[in-house]
Amino acid sequence: MRTILKLGLAGACLAGVAVATAHAGDVAPMDVKFTDDGVQASLTGAAGDATKGRAVFSNRKLGNCLACHVNAEQKEHSFHGEVGPPLDGVADRYSEAELRAIVIDSKKALTEETLMPGFYSLKLGARVHKNFADKTILTAEQVEDVVAYLATLKE
Amino acid sequence: MNSTTLKWAGLLTAASVFAAGAAIAEPDNNTLVIDGQQLVTDVEAPKGSPLSRVYSGWRFRSPETQAFEMDDFENPAFPAVEQGEALWNTVEGEAGKSCATCHEDASETMKGVRASMPKWNEKLGKPHTLETQINACRTDNMKAEAWKWEAPNMLAMTAYVGLQSRGMPVSVKTDGPMQSWTDKGKELYYTRVGQLDMSCANCHEDNYGKMIRADHLSQGQINGFPTYRLKWGGLGSIHRRFSGCMKNIRATPYKRGSDEFIALELYLASRGAGLSVETPAVRN
Ligand code: HEC
Ligand code: HEC
Repeated sequence: MRTILKLGLAGACLAGVAVATAHAGDVAPMDVKFTDDGVQASLTGAAGDATKGRAVFSNRKLGNCLACHVNAEQKEHSFHGEVGPPLDGVADRYSEAELRAIVIDSKKALTEETLMPGFYSLKLGARVHKNFADKTILTAEQVEDVVAYLATLKE
Repeated sequence: MNSTTLKWAGLLTAASVFAAGAAIAEPDNNTLVIDGQQLVTDVEAPKGSPLSRVYSGWRFRSPETQAFEMDDFENPAFPAVEQGEALWNTVEGEAGKSCATCHEDASETMKGVRASMPKWNEKLGKPHTLETQINACRTDNMKAEAWKWEAPNMLAMTAYVGLQSRGMPVSVKTDGPMQSWTDKGKELYYTRVGQLDMSCANCHEDNYGKMIRADHLSQGQINGFPTYRLKWGGLGSIHRRFSGCMKNIRATPYKRGSDEFIALELYLASRGAGLSVETPAVRN
């Protein structure tokens, strides 16, 4: 009887893996510059690492992107969610700057109503659990890694 | 950011249409029969509902999990039900009474109780849930100690009392003094909470029938509670489930028995009007 949606709390207990630590050079969440073409500049000033981003994508305590998105490139994971659109070939549809904007704050980038969380936003819901108060879901570096990984998803 | 949103809207729509065409698992067509009685797991939504039909969570579970609920000998909640029956007849407290002293045969006197809870209580000036009603009987009438919300005895008793309504349609009063509680519950249902910034509606109204990773999202109905969850390895209350869903979206849950959870329970019961009580249901 295995289950379970682990968008969950457990991450907080695991030696702080899920706790975002900001680096001095990172663009702070409130300082991210959105333009009509997305977010141009890397949040860290450096290019992301697609291999690390691939792991962040499926990690239930980090991106957990598979909870909502089908992604044929990660076939080794047996459960892919259907709540969001499949991400196969997503890099053919969006530029890197657009992908960055979607991951940072999908509400700004896509629609205000979307249920996709903003992964580098501090506009959180009510009653945020104290372990996550004033924290973004991903660090700037993890966002860049995920963006680098998404940029490889071409058909 | 309006222009950004607009510019991408076209792409987004194309992608969403594609997603909608992909395998979206609706509730299945299985029929729930227990002990020769057919239960209603699918019914036209009540007036004013944002849904067109309401479905029991049973319809979204795997055939293996469904089977547990279809046979009381297989249903792992039944040892607790028996414990509840024993407690029903147990004298406790300074008044020297048991539940049976006042209510006699539960199969007659408790019929329909689960189906109509939460229910307005004039003396209390707020709605009683099954749990608070049981505790009021214990403290006021039996002069016995109240049970904790999630105590094994409370779960056994709510399962036993709830079973007496099995097969009856959920039907709660939402008007009069209940109106403001229903409204409060509705507000909570649509409020986005937690670091993941989601509302109950995001998962259970907008996306039921879809998979969220390994989980098949249901409408989050409460007609089966207390429910035996295989993951819990035991029975759990409605408020325990609310609490779990809030924690999953990284929010601080309200307390069990809080006004907020009572309001949410009432609102959810009203959304599931017409579904059969399934207590004690089995879920994964
Ligand atoms: C809880 C659900 C959920 C999670 C978790 C989630 N997304 Fe999404 N995502 C959506 C939804 C829903 C949409 C579609 C936008 C809409 O209509 O709401 C979307 C849209 C997107 C898009 C645009 C796709 C297109 O074709 O238009 C990208 C790219 C994306 N998500 C990437 C990600 C990444 C990367 C992660 C993890 C870091 C992630 N998502 C996590 C629900 C989610
Ligand atoms: C991120 C998605 C998500 C959100 C948001 C969410 N839930 Fe759930 N909920 C689930 C999943 C997954 C399950 C287990 C499968 C199912 O029955 O849908 C579940 C199950 C339930 C159940 C049990 C249904 C049954 O048949 O036993 C109830 C009741 C419930 N949720 C209520 C709520 C309430 C109330 C809220 C808001 C406070 C909420 N949920 C928010 C994902 C969510």
